[in-house]
Amino acid sequence: MSPASLSAVPWLREFIPVERERSETSASYGCAPQDRPLGQHILNGVINLDKPAGPTSHEVVAWLKKMLDVEVAGHSGTLGITGKSWRDRRVTRLYRECL
Amino acid sequence: MHLCGKEYVAVAELHRQVGHEELSDALGMFVGEIYQRPPLRSSVARRVRKRTVYYIEQLEVEDRRALLRIGCESGTYVRKLIHDIGLVLGVGAHMAELRRTRDGALVEQESFTLYDVAEAIQDLRASKDESKIRKVIRPLEEALLLLPSIYIKDSAVDAVCHGASVSIRGISKLDSPFAKREPVVVKSLKGECVALGRATMSSELMSTIESGIAVETRTVIMRPGTYPRMWRSHGARGR
Repeated sequence: MSPASLSAVPWLREFIPVERERSETSASYGCAPQDRPLGQHILNGVINLDKPAGPTSHEVVAWLKKMLDVEVAGHSGTLGITGKSWRDRRVTRLYRECL
Repeated sequence: MHLCGKEYVAVAELHRQVGHEELSDALGMFVGEIYQRPPLRSSVARRVRKRTVYYIEQLEVEDRRALLRIGCESGTYVRKLIHDIGLVLGVGAHMAELRRTRDGALVEQESFTLYDVAEAIQDLRASKDESKIRKVIRPLEEALLLLPSIYIKDSAVDAVCHGASVSIRGISKLDSPFAKREPVVVKSLKGECVALGRATMSSELMSTIESGIAVETRTVIMRPGTYPRMWRSHGARGR
């Protein structure tokens, strides 16, 4: 992740990994997050979305579902999962008058 | 996600003008631990709650309007915060506009608009070019970067996918430090998010204790069946 997201904020924490018991993971199942095939990538993805002011988060999520449904044909049945892992991020578009 | 700190930029509209010093003093009173009763129209019980406000920065003040940057704990109502600041100032205030600029590891600078999403989909459809869509849609693990992770063995993954708690013996590695009751991310050794849960003990204890339940599973993210089933249900026992 780029530096901006990890720049100092009070709630940023640093962790040290501790090993309890060494264990190997098998390559025959599962997939590292960065290696997922596109369909899996979309189903296990988040969009950091700049939501426009006006439409509700629900509406925007519905649009996105539709947009991606058209795209990844064959995944329409699993949109529930997509919906779950999707987070709609932003509150409103930039304030206009004040600046 | 509703677990990490948030940052907002908000416009506070005071109902009468106050001096700079007065405003700064009032804002200062709301930094640190604050007590807040959720507003009438809210989706949680209206009990007074304790929340931490990390900082309030005055970006700009013009007449009765103040543009503020507020960093706070998740579950803080900014609209209410500004209302309460108005009460302390004795002039009243309301929140005119609000924008979230940071949520856990996700920041405004790295956000995408609906147009970006549409364009990425267009690219994919027209030329099978995945690069844009992979930029716009990120692995969900990135959104959870600020929470401690607990890495479990392959043999424990499917049980957790079915909602089981994580047992000490299923753990291979863990991030330290965290406290008892803290939210944690349960991951496979490949780094995939399996579930979100709550630690039943501190990281210190979790790295030394020999057996027991380590994490109560709250939200399962990975689909059951992704990893092979290596556990037996009670009904199957003794057969």
